[in-house]
Amino acid sequence: MLPWLLPSTYAQAPARKLRVVASFSILADMAREVGGEAVEVAALVGPDGDAHVFEPTPADVKRLSNADLVIVNGLRFEGWIERLVQVSGYRGPVVVASQGITTRLLGAAPDPHAWQSLANARRYVDNIRAALVAARPSPAHHIEQRSADYLRRVDALDASVRKRLGQIAPADRHVVTSHDAFGYFAEAYGVSFISAVGWSTGSEASAADVSRIVRQLKGQNVRAVFVENISDARLVQRIAREAGARVGGTLYSDALSPPGTAGDTYLRMFDHNASTLLAALQARAP
Amino acid sequence: MTLVAELQSAFIQPFAEFGFMRRALVACIALALSGGPLGTLLVVRRMSLVGDAMAHALLPGAAIGFIFAGLSLSAMSLGGFIAAMLVATLAAGVTRWTSQKEDASFAAFYLIALAAGVMLISLRGTSVDLMHVLFGSILAVDDASLFLIAGVASVSLLALALVARPLIIECFDPGFLRAVGGRGGWHHQIFLVLLVANLVGGFQALGTLMAVGLLMLPAIAARFWAHDIGRLCAIATAFAMASSYAGLLLSYHAHLPSGPAIVLVAGGIYLVSLAFGSRDSLRNRWSGTRRHRVA
Repeated sequence: MLPWLLPSTYAQAPARKLRVVASFSILADMAREVGGEAVEVAALVGPDGDAHVFEPTPADVKRLSNADLVIVNGLRFEGWIERLVQVSGYRGPVVVASQGITTRLLGAAPDPHAWQSLANARRYVDNIRAALVAARPSPAHHIEQRSADYLRRVDALDASVRKRLGQIAPADRHVVTSHDAFGYFAEAYGVSFISAVGWSTGSEASAADVSRIVRQLKGQNVRAVFVENISDARLVQRIAREAGARVGGTLYSDALSPPGTAGDTYLRMFDHNASTLLAALQARAP
Repeated sequence: MTLVAELQSAFIQPFAEFGFMRRALVACIALALSGGPLGTLLVVRRMSLVGDAMAHALLPGAAIGFIFAGLSLSAMSLGGFIAAMLVATLAAGVTRWTSQKEDASFAAFYLIALAAGVMLISLRGTSVDLMHVLFGSILAVDDASLFLIAGVASVSLLALALVARPLIIECFDPGFLRAVGGRGGWHHQIFLVLLVANLVGGFQALGTLMAVGLLMLPAIAARFWAHDIGRLCAIATAFAMASSYAGLLLSYHAHLPSGPAIVLVAGGIYLVSLAFGSRDSLRNRWSGTRRHRVA
């Protein structure tokens, strides 16, 4: 009976894993990388899911109410998160991963897709690391180390992408996707993206939008059009046909792909996107 | 710019320049050609809401097709067709074997089907997929969809030519039809099959919600302009084509989503007909000109 009163037995008892709920798969992946064994991460919007039009289920509410830490993107990416947090009764910290980045504008509002630039990703990782350490001070050195490792990999990927895209002349870097998700990528790496719909997949394209794209494609002689993993391929294919371009592959915009596929972690996803873009751009450059 | 050139650039040039506009227009014209007579017959047989119910009834079948084969035309069409026919058959069966009336049993089954469809899509797809099934994509009509729609329209027109007469007679004098040996309920079954086929063809292009709009609104509006069946069908078809044309142009010039634009133009035509039509409209009522009611 007395032994359990001794402090040494407490020190041996494993601490409960920190329950982290991330709003979507990319943040969940980052949290897993940084937190490692100390965290148990779940994503509300899973792989291939579209956070712009996500509809929470009761299971999501329950998961949120049991969470220790919530990580969101911010920048109005998750229009549903405030109500969800309120309904679930969650009172803990809500970490905004995009805190501190320089946003770019998309129309009148800030563009939420900040993770498409690896420089911003560093800030995301920093914010997540700080939040995890604050929530779980004891394995702090572990978390710091994992975070530093991850940042090294992020930097390496960034350098690799820049080098590879640098092989294409800036004048040839034009592509088309379904929605305006790649603004930060465009800015960071000098690729020009045109999209059929506005920045959210929740709206339907009008004939005016589609004709604008087709005209632009024909005028700029764009050869590669990309489908996204979260949206309807048919419209993009029709646009490609119309403009004489070909569908260059699938890009991962707002979500990771299911485990075991090409885009199942953030770094793999980014690498896949860069490679796909590169392949298509190289194919068309004379 | 001269007036002619301006008119040309506003009304013709969008279709001349863009293949996707032409295809959308052709798809809508095909739907209008078979939808005009079909919608008219629905209205005359007091089945106006059945069209809407059928469109929802095909959702679980389309969902199952989607689950097995993604956004595949043949899978979703076949699935939708089977589901809708099943709902119609079950409703008819319940009506025959219980004291429940057809409208109640039909409502029951189509609501079950609708909820099942939404559930299936939500379980295996995402809400974006659901939206695409509900709203379609008239701007993304590919060759396969075009062939399906055109094929369905052609077959429907031929079949309607065969069954129109018994259907109309049955509305006004069922006893007479039985007396001259109209063959049981076959014409009604064929009619339902045609309805479902047209909805299946339409929903790939316009989505389940909008396809019914293009089917019903022109036919309902036509009632304010004619009472003769032939003329009703013609006017309904004309209204449907005009709505498609105008709706697509609105989508092009005013940046509006195309499916709803087409149906809202059809709705606008209905409202204008309601107010100013030549028969039984509000204008007739208020200006005191009364015509003898004819069937």
